Amino acid sequence: MSNTQIATPRQELLYMVVLSAVVLTMPLWLQPFGAAYPDLMQKFMIFGIFAIGYNILFGLTGYLSFGHAAFLGVGSYTAVWSFKLLSMNVVPAIIFATLLAGLFAWLIGFVSLRRSGIYFSILTLAFAQMSYNLAYSVLTPITNGETGLQLNQADPRVIDRMAGIEATSGLPNTNLFGLEGTGYTGFYICAIILIVAFFISMRIFHSPFGMKLRAIKSNQTRMSYTGYNTRPYLLTAFIISGMYAGLAGSLLAMTDPLAGAERMQWTASGEVVLMTIFGGAGTLIGPLLGTGIIKYLENIFSAFNDSVLHNMFSFLPDWLNDILTAIISPFVGEGWQLLLGIVFMLIVIFLPGGLMEGYGKISRMIRDRRQKPADDGSSDTQHSTGEV
Amino acid sequence: MGNVILDVTDVSKSFGGLQALSNINLRVEEGTVHAIIGPNGAGKSTFLNVIVGRLAPSRGRVLLGDQVLTGKQPHEINQLGVARVFQTPEIFPDLTLLQNIMIPAFAKRDGQFSFGIFKSLFAERGIREEAEHILEDVGLIADRNKVAGSMSRGDKRRLELAMCLIQDPKLFLLDEPTAGMSRHDTNSTIELLQRIKERGMTKIIIEHDMHVVFSLADRISVLAQGAIIAEGTPEEVRNDPKVKEAYLGGETL
Repeated sequence: MSNTQIATPRQELLYMVVLSAVVLTMPLWLQPFGAAYPDLMQKFMIFGIFAIGYNILFGLTGYLSFGHAAFLGVGSYTAVWSFKLLSMNVVPAIIFATLLAGLFAWLIGFVSLRRSGIYFSILTLAFAQMSYNLAYSVLTPITNGETGLQLNQADPRVIDRMAGIEATSGLPNTNLFGLEGTGYTGFYICAIILIVAFFISMRIFHSPFGMKLRAIKSNQTRMSYTGYNTRPYLLTAFIISGMYAGLAGSLLAMTDPLAGAERMQWTASGEVVLMTIFGGAGTLIGPLLGTGIIKYLENIFSAFNDSVLHNMFSFLPDWLNDILTAIISPFVGEGWQLLLGIVFMLIVIFLPGGLMEGYGKISRMIRDRRQKPADDGSSDTQHSTGEV
Repeated sequence: MGNVILDVTDVSKSFGGLQALSNINLRVEEGTVHAIIGPNGAGKSTFLNVIVGRLAPSRGRVLLGDQVLTGKQPHEINQLGVARVFQTPEIFPDLTLLQNIMIPAFAKRDGQFSFGIFKSLFAERGIREEAEHILEDVGLIADRNKVAGSMSRGDKRRLELAMCLIQDPKLFLLDEPTAGMSRHDTNSTIELLQRIKERGMTKIIIEHDMHVVFSLADRISVLAQGAIIAEGTPEEVRNDPKVKEAYLGGETL
C-alpha cells in the first residue's frame, strides 16, 4: 500500500496481525541470528516504542527534535521513583512516567514550537542538554547524580508494604502483578505494550488528525490560509511523542531498575533520529525496522575485537589476515559507531526515504518485470491507475 | 444595491519609506465579481495580503460583513469565510489530490483545531464524497489518487481552486488565477469561474489578462502606485482617460 492513500480497516487488521505475529514469535525466529536472548529483545521493543513515538512527530510533521532523550530520561527517573516510593508493580511506574514525560513535553514543546526548522531543532537540543546537566548538578537529590538512581532495600514502597509484601533478602524485582519485569516475561510485557503503541500510532497515521500533520509538513502556509491553527496540532504531536519516550524510559527502568543521566544525553536523542530515518521516517513500519537493525548490528559489531577478527580470517594466509584485521578493526568494537556512521551516510545519500524506500523500489521493480511479459504493450493505461 | 460584504476603509501600508498602499477605500457587494487591475508594483498583491491577514495594515480597517478582519491571523480570517488562491499555487505536494481537497473540507466542518486522533479517515465518507464531487467539477477526478506534486502547473491551479471552492467561502480572492496558462486552460478556467459566479460567491480577482477581466468582472478598480485611481463598471473603466494614461499608456483597450 502506498503511504499516501487512505487505509481501509482490512489493511489495518492485516498490519496488526502480521506485526503481532512477528513480534510475539521473536524468541523463535531470532534464534538462528543469535539474538534471541531477553536483554536484546527487550531493547528491540523499548527502542521500537521510542522510535514509533518519535516518528509521530518527525515522520508526520517533519519537525526534527534533537531532545527526545530528555523525555526518555524523565520516564526512567519517574519509574524508578515509583518503584522506590509506591510499588515494585510496573503499572503505576508506567502511568506516572508517561504522564510526567507528557507534561515535560508540553512545557518544552510550548516554547520550542514558536520556531520551526533548524531553530526548533536547536531549541529542543538546548532543552535536552539543560535537563542532562541539571540531572548531574542541581537535581542530584532527585537523580542521585553520577551514581544514578537505584533501588534500596529500605525504600518505603508504600503500596507494597500495605499489601504486606516485604523484600526479605536482597533487592526486590519489578513485576506486573507477579509476572517478573525481567527476562522472558519482561520481554513479553514490552512486546505487548509495543503492539498497543503501534496500534495507537497506526490510528493516528490513518486519522484526519494524522493527515493534517502530513499537510503541515507538506505546506504550512497553505494550512494557515485553509483555516488551521497549526500550533496546537504540532504541540499535540510533540506531547504524544514525548509520552511514547516516557513510556519507553519506564520500560527501561522495568527491565533494569536504574536510571542514569546519560540516557538524556544528546547522543541518545541522535540515536532515535538515526533509527527513524534509517528505517524510513513517515512510514509505519520503518522506525521499527530501523531500530531492530541498528540495535542488532550494534550488538554484534560492538562485541567484535581483534582476536575475533583474527579467528574469522584464519583461513587466509597470515599476512593477509593481519592486513584485513588492521583495516576492519577500527570499525568494530568501540569503533562500531564509525561503521554506523558510514552506513547511515550511504542510506541518506542513496535512499533518503530509508529502508522502506528501498523496499518500495525493489517491489516496484519486481512487479514491473512480472507484468512486462503479460502486458506486451497492450495496456499502458493500466500502469498508471493500477497503483495500490 | 446588494449588501456590502467587504468594506475596506482608509487602508494604508508602508514598508519603511515605501508607501505601498495609500488610503484605499473599497466596497464589494455580495455576489459580485470585483477585479483589481493595475501595472506591476501597483500594490495589488499587498492589498490582498492585507485582506487575508498576511500583512497588517499601517492604518485603516477591513470589515467582512460586520466582522473586523484587521489584526486577525490568516487562519481566523479563513474561518470567517475568506479563501484565497495564490499567484503560484499553494497546495500540499506530498498528499494525493483527494486528500488535498479533504483538508480544507475538514477545516470548514471542524474549525481551526480538532483533536480526534482516533477517528478513522476511512470512515469519513461524507467528506470524501464531497471532495470527489468537487474534483469532478474541476475535471481532476481521474487523478484523485495521484500525488499533487506530480501534476502539471495548470492542474495544480485547478486543484487550488477546488480546495477553496469546497469551503464555499463568502469571499474568494484570486491572485492571477490564469497566469502562465495556455489559452485553452485560461478559457476553461474562465468557464469554471463563471459557473461559480452563478452560485453567487463574491470574488475579488487580480488579473493581467484583460480578456479574463472583461469576461468576468462586474466592477473594476484600477490601482496605480498604491492608490485607486478609478472604479466603475468595465465600460466606465474602459473609457476613463485617467486609466488609459496611467495603466495603458494611452492605448485603447
